[in-house]
Formats: sequence, structure tokens, C-alpha cells
Amino acid sequence: MTFSGELLAFIILAITAVIGGVLLLNLNKVVHMVVALILTFVSIAGIFVMLSAEFVAVVQILIYAGSITIIMLFGIMLTRHRETTEAKGGGLRKILLLLGVLGFAFAVYIGIYNLDLNPQESTLHVNNVEQIGMALYTKYIIPFELTSVVLLVALIGAIVLAKKDDEKEANKE
Amino acid sequence: MSSVPVSAYLTLALILFCIGLYGALTKRNTVIVLISVELMLNAVNINLVAFSKYGMIPSITGQVFALFAMAVAAAEAAVGLAILIALYRNRKTVNIDEINSMKN
Repeated sequence: MTFSGELLAFIILAITAVIGGVLLLNLNKVVHMVVALILTFVSIAGIFVMLSAEFVAVVQILIYAGSITIIMLFGIMLTRHRETTEAKGGGLRKILLLLGVLGFAFAVYIGIYNLDLNPQESTLHVNNVEQIGMALYTKYIIPFELTSVVLLVALIGAIVLAKKDDEKEANKE
Repeated sequence: MSSVPVSAYLTLALILFCIGLYGALTKRNTVIVLISVELMLNAVNINLVAFSKYGMIPSITGQVFALFAMAVAAAEAAVGLAILIALYRNRKTVNIDEINSMKN
């Protein structure tokens, strides 16, 4: 493994992503946690660019760093966000969970740390968006259309769930 | 061929997944639990895209699947937040320990 610009870019992006995740775990205010996670999402978009997935990287920034973070911030603002999430008690539970997560991480890591698949030369970086478009509209046309149904159901479901109480109160009056 | 081995990408995805898992299991605020789940889904997307380039046979399918996963994750976030708003209206709390009406 030689030291190159690609490795340097990977190290910077990976460290930024992990810092965002650690800040999510350690900050006190809820709004700060969500803003810290934007750092992680943008670095993951950079990782996608390195993996020659430019379209996925742009979608990552649009969907995750853009809309999901904003919708989560709206969710925090609409609910009670003044209180800091200080855990009262449950120290033993946290330690046990940490051990469990670390055990899981170790178990997966011994499976992947020297993985070498000897990949063939890929042509994914050539006309990436065109390749994705061709695949989506020919081979994956049925899942693509089903995704639109999923999004429609989620939209209607979200509106119905969030509106339910208003209708009840209107019926009472 | 490439100076970054595939195991580095997989390890980064593993670290992010574990951070998301720990956050989803320990945090008290329901919004943070939801966004930790998003982080876990995102780590899985890194794996999909990494294998689409460095897998045995490179193919665009991994990227297409990552796009589908993103669409479903966005739908999940919208529905989860709507449930959270409805719950907050009824119980006046987003603390996950106090949402226990299905207990007992």
C-alpha cells in the first residue's frame, strides 16, 4: 500500500466522518447533535465520489445533508428540545451495551480486515449518471416504479398521522 | 491498482454502523434515535457502493441499490417523524423511556 493522494483523501474523509459520529454521541444539546451529523453525511458523500459513484454522492448530499437533517431539525423544534439529554442512572446498561457493540464490531472486523477480492478493472467512473439511468429504466424499471408507490404511501401516511388529532378535536366541537 | 484497499472502506462503514447502533440504543431523545438509524442505513450504503466498485465483478447494481435504500430511508424518516409528532401531541414527551404505554 503506497501513500498517495487517494489514501490521504480517504483518511481525511474517514476521520471527519468518525468525528461527526463521535460528536453525535457526546454533545449535550439535541440540535448540536444533528448539526454534527451533517459533517458525517457530507464526508460520506466524499467517500462516494472516491468510489466513483458521483450520482450517489450528489443524492447523498441532497437527501441526507439537505432534507433529512432539516426535517429532523423541524422535529426537534416542534417538540420539547430545551432539556439536555442527560441520562439519569443506567450506567451499567450503557457499559453492557458498549461491550456488546464492541464485541459485534470485533466479530465483523476479523471477518473483513484482510479481505481481498482481486476486482476486475471497473468502468463505473465513465458516464456514471448515464449508466445509472440506463440500469434504472431498463433492468430495474419495476422496482423503480414501486419506489414511487412507497414514497406516495409514506407521504399520505405522514400527513394522516400528523393530522389525526386535529380531526378528532374538530369532530368534538 | 488502487491505493485504498476495500477493507478500509468496509472498516469505515463498520465504525459508522457501530456508532449508529450505540446511539440508537442509548440515546433518550426519539429524534436522535431516528437519526442514528439513518446513520446505520448510510453505513450500509457505503458497503453497497464499495462492493459495486471493488467487488469480484464490478457492476452498477450496487449504486442502484444504494439509491433505492436512500429512497426507503427518506420515507422511513418522514413516517417516523409523523409518528413522533402524533406521540408528542398525546404524551407531551419525546423521552423514549416515558413512551411505555404498550408495557404491561
